Amino acid sequence: MAKKFLSLLVFSLSVGLGLTACSQNSANLESQKLTLTGSSTVAPLVSEIAKKFEAENPEVRIDVQTGGSSRGLADAAQSLADIGMISRALKDSETDKFKSFAIAQDGIGIILESSNPVQSLNDRQIVDIYTGKIDNWQEVGGADAPITVVNKAEGRSTLELFLKYFELENSQIQADVIIGDNQQGIKTVAGNKNAIGYVSIGAAERDISAGVPLQLLSVGGIEASTETVQNGSFPLSRPLTLVTKETPSGLTKEFIEFAQSEKVHDLVEAQNFVPISPNKLVQKP
Amino acid sequence: MVLILGFLLREALPILQSVGIKAFLTDKTWSPSQQSYNLVPMIWGTLFTATGAVLLATPLGIISALFCQYYAPKAIASGYRRLIELLAGIPSVVYGFWGLVVLVPLINQLHPPGTSLLAGILILTLMILPTIALVADATFAEVPQAYLLGAAAMGLSSWGTIWQIILPASKSGLFTGMILEIGRAIGETMAVLMVCGNVVQTPDSIFAPVRTLTANIALEMAYALDNHRSALFVSGLLLLSVIILLAIAAELVKWDRV
Repeated sequence: MAKKFLSLLVFSLSVGLGLTACSQNSANLESQKLTLTGSSTVAPLVSEIAKKFEAENPEVRIDVQTGGSSRGLADAAQSLADIGMISRALKDSETDKFKSFAIAQDGIGIILESSNPVQSLNDRQIVDIYTGKIDNWQEVGGADAPITVVNKAEGRSTLELFLKYFELENSQIQADVIIGDNQQGIKTVAGNKNAIGYVSIGAAERDISAGVPLQLLSVGGIEASTETVQNGSFPLSRPLTLVTKETPSGLTKEFIEFAQSEKVHDLVEAQNFVPISPNKLVQKP
Repeated sequence: MVLILGFLLREALPILQSVGIKAFLTDKTWSPSQQSYNLVPMIWGTLFTATGAVLLATPLGIISALFCQYYAPKAIASGYRRLIELLAGIPSVVYGFWGLVVLVPLINQLHPPGTSLLAGILILTLMILPTIALVADATFAEVPQAYLLGAAAMGLSSWGTIWQIILPASKSGLFTGMILEIGRAIGETMAVLMVCGNVVQTPDSIFAPVRTLTANIALEMAYALDNHRSALFVSGLLLLSVIILLAIAAELVKWDRV
């Protein structure tokens, strides 16, 4: 609806301009369209950024499509899209083919109910808990109670990152509860003192400061917080990245700069991601 | 309705053509990213939660309607009726939230992990209770006064009147109510999603977590692509067909009795 209205606005604007000032050509309008495709993790954030960008630049139209990180790379390589979106950093084999620009960080924290006496778990213990080898809190220094393992539903990007970091297959996980979004995970763990789960760190921190009985465990000895995600020391995190085939110029460059600017930090935080600190930018366009 | 059905068919068709209907029943597991699409555990999940809830809610609903219609003083009956109507209007996510913070921890103390088939059944019972209670109430109100007077004249006890006269006379209405509540129990998504645990498995006890067809769609649709997406539309199609069959059954019951 908003898009339609916007295109109508652009149209009427161009007609109006054309009528009032015939000398002014509208050739520049043709190049004012930007297409982004790729990761379903990045797409919601980029859609929001695009809306804000369109609001500031009414003559621009931005089209955001999902289809997975691999599609983002393929479309950018074949110039089907101006910008590809991927939910990871570029692999070494890809860095010479693409230019990448991180726009946010996504971090995942292990959460327990706050009265659970367990203060830390090492990676081995977490793997054993999720594969069912450890099924009682007593074995990791907690109370004598069975562990409720909370896992994410298939297809969620948090699940992928979790599995990748702990080198697990989803079929190995012996879950007791499977949840959808972060909020459901937080409510499930906060309501069950024997549960263990994992959610976006941004979401967990916000709820903890609002008084929800949760605790975030450190991973690999690194405290889980937006700071450690932001400075890159927290291991269970990844950059959300925009990629282009060529060094960006014109509108593409403008949009990428906008997506990395402080103007969009509120949008990044609203999606439970962590903004990139300016000095951590992988590459400036 | 036809549009929705057509849309579901169109979206589900690619996968029905490429992997066939059999895959949904015989594949090893539900793991769409690895091309296996077994819906059977979720069909069981839906069946068990719905059946359990209907078995619990029907007698409770009928008893509540009898109380309302024949035992309670007028003032209490009308207040009680309002309460039940209110219960019917509570959004399902509120039921789910209540279940998650109250019911699930309670069941967890009994037998972990708490999020379970039992929690689903209890929440659903609560949700469909108003449906059957209100329909039964309306049905009892339509039992002709003459029947009641006749029963009283023959000296039947009030329990005898209910058992011998009222229940047989309102059979078709009660059936319609039951079909309505089955429909609601099968279609309910949010509340069961929140309390059932959503593990894809055929439950081996009432304390085991289950995933229903509706919960499966709600959980995975946002992130599903290609065949995975189509597979979810197939489960939607399945649900819609069950609901249509139920609607037809309800019509048949009505026709049979008029």
